[in-house]
Amino acid sequence: MNNEIYLDNSATTKCFPEAAELVCRILTEEYGNPSSMHHKGVEAERRITEAKQILADILKVNSKNLYFTSCGTESDHLAIAGCARANRRAGQHLVTTVIEHPAVLETMHALEEEGFDVTYLPVDGDGVVSPEAVAEAVREDTILVSVMHTNNEIGSLQPIAEIGRLIKEKNPKALFHVDAVQGFGKAQIYPKRMKIDLLSASGHKIHAPKGIGLLYVADGVKIRPTLPGGGQQSGLRSGTENVAGMAAMALSAKMLYDHLDEDVDRLYALRERLIGQAQAIEGVHVNGKEGRGSAPHVISLSVEGVRAEVLLHALEERGVYVSAGSACSSNRPHLSETLKAIGTPKELLDATIRLSLSVMNTEEEIDAAAAALAELIPFLRKYTRH
Amino acid sequence: MKYESFLIKYAEIGIKGKNRHLFEEALVNQMKLALRRCEGHFAVTRSSGRVFVDALEDYDFDEVVDALQHVFGITGICPMVVCRVLPIEELAAEVVKFVGSEYPDRHHTFKVHTRRLDKNYPLDSMQINEELGAAILDAYPEMKVDVHQPEILVTVEIRERVYLYSHIIPGPGGLPVGIGGKAMLLLSGGIDSPVAGYMVSKRGVRLDAVYFNAPPYTSERALQKVVDLAQQIAKYSGTIWLHNINFTEIQLYIYEKCPHDELTIIMRRYMMRIAELLAKKYDCLGLVTGESIGQVASQTMTSLAVTNEVCTLPVFRPVIAFDKEDIITMSKKIGTYDTSILPYEDCCTIFVAKHPVTKPVAEVIRRHEKNLEEKIDEMVERAIETDEILIVEGSGVRKYQGN
Repeated sequence: MNNEIYLDNSATTKCFPEAAELVCRILTEEYGNPSSMHHKGVEAERRITEAKQILADILKVNSKNLYFTSCGTESDHLAIAGCARANRRAGQHLVTTVIEHPAVLETMHALEEEGFDVTYLPVDGDGVVSPEAVAEAVREDTILVSVMHTNNEIGSLQPIAEIGRLIKEKNPKALFHVDAVQGFGKAQIYPKRMKIDLLSASGHKIHAPKGIGLLYVADGVKIRPTLPGGGQQSGLRSGTENVAGMAAMALSAKMLYDHLDEDVDRLYALRERLIGQAQAIEGVHVNGKEGRGSAPHVISLSVEGVRAEVLLHALEERGVYVSAGSACSSNRPHLSETLKAIGTPKELLDATIRLSLSVMNTEEEIDAAAAALAELIPFLRKYTRH
Repeated sequence: MKYESFLIKYAEIGIKGKNRHLFEEALVNQMKLALRRCEGHFAVTRSSGRVFVDALEDYDFDEVVDALQHVFGITGICPMVVCRVLPIEELAAEVVKFVGSEYPDRHHTFKVHTRRLDKNYPLDSMQINEELGAAILDAYPEMKVDVHQPEILVTVEIRERVYLYSHIIPGPGGLPVGIGGKAMLLLSGGIDSPVAGYMVSKRGVRLDAVYFNAPPYTSERALQKVVDLAQQIAKYSGTIWLHNINFTEIQLYIYEKCPHDELTIIMRRYMMRIAELLAKKYDCLGLVTGESIGQVASQTMTSLAVTNEVCTLPVFRPVIAFDKEDIITMSKKIGTYDTSILPYEDCCTIFVAKHPVTKPVAEVIRRHEKNLEEKIDEMVERAIETDEILIVEGSGVRKYQGN
């Protein structure tokens, strides 16, 4: 499909052909089980070692601190629930924000049922949590703080390094988890420098296949596995390794990080280009901070008088794929918690679409999408409920 | 004990006089179709006013019962144990064993009912009843005979073999599909229309269905939801041709040209018109809707009359006098409820006015429809020309590719 303009990269990305080819090769040729003692097993194990090394170099950490999971959700869950349960004696208190992904929020809710005490911090009108507020919330019995790197719905960036520093000043024993599912591949993230103890990332958001996630666990972190089993990956994540997914995730990450700075510049330019044209349309508002204050790839637009779902399908008819609010929750009738948290007026809650970019998008695509918006919004506004 | 056979009970078919064989044939056909979805091989036979299902190999009891419970016309399904025609003492032993395994707690009143179709059997029905009853009492003293209102009726049929049964699993009732012609169901994604389709189909009527799609106001998932609903109905009604009609252009045109509080009623009149054109094109004898008096503005008595006047075919509204709760109960029973409540918008709700007319006047509506004269006929024609047909069966869906 040549006239397909895919602007829903925060939902998932198109796999890099190189990564897809690598997956195919590993599945059909190097298909051994890394636990096998023969050559096929050794070959597969080598793939994992290489993949971990590539990712470790990107994060500037030791490869022995990296674990693969099945997805971002599993990484978040393992990090939060695994640490909470392992550190229960040290305390029962957890801190997070109201705009986290459901993978984090639902894990927190589950832990509350187990008796943990969770503080949910608000965000400002741009969707940013205050580092001082995080520090203030940290208590002596706080065992873990979880703050996302990049918000999936409006692209707000959290001051991770500052939050990390303040947490450790207040309570050096409190662990810091960062959900970087949207940030990994779009920003330089260095867990050690940023005082991050646990970091989650996902393959399919960075042009690798679905079904592979990454978790960084710093030295000395007490964490309990959530899946009992055969003891793979040092016992933290049992289950036969998804070798192809791991190798593909590493390859895609490398392809992105090899020229990250230029790509990020280009993404910001595309983002500005789209926002500029969108703001010229009457009654269109951009959510979140301008310029480099937001993620380079997420654009959240509230459109007065047009239902997001209708606009989404109208764009779809032009071959432009976007999402309404956040794709993960758009099948449910309830409205976005993130949009509510940043104070979006009620009438705009179901009038907000998200366009999310990737390195595969071009200026022509952005212009075509903006032109479609400029044409469709006034047309759709003509036909509304009375 | 293992049931090797089922006796199928049917009620209304029995009283249809000379047409009886037609009804029975339709019933047997529908049963064969339903059993094709089950693992194993089955023989469906008619014999002296009864229909039997014989399992020819191992099968899953629950699966077979579920399949038969989707066949209209069946009122009862009796799982039977089969044995050879035996001398009375040995037969009594079989019956005792049967009762013992069917009713392990045994504290029941019972009666034995014998039908002796094999007139060569040395004892007559009354004698057999007595012998078997006595044997049961001997074996299970805690059981008691009650010939008037027994808790358990042990039926023994002596034919070329002996059939024993006592449980009757209820079937859906109604008439077998295929004897009542075909109707066009206006299927939305809601709770009511699938129930309406089910009910009409239960009277032996085959169904086609029409869905009014309004992209971009409705999504691909809304269509998928309707396909899923049609598939659930098709498990009872057999194959449904689902006509997917693009209604956007007409809807927007009405929006532009007519008063907004009359939008829904005028829209519904065009849906009925299009449904009727399709019905005639595809040999349907009537339309079916899920309308229910007073449920929404477009379903008041006055609104229904104004909608109805555009049709010449009869419009069947089986849930017309049902309360919403009753319709919901029924949709849960037939398995459409969970799909119906998925939150995708359908074309009836997207432009709903805040205060739609509840007492439309036909003349006024007709006058306002005149505003549409210029383009509406070609739009209706185009909607029918671009009809996308899906052939929906209980087991799967495929696109109609033309003749």
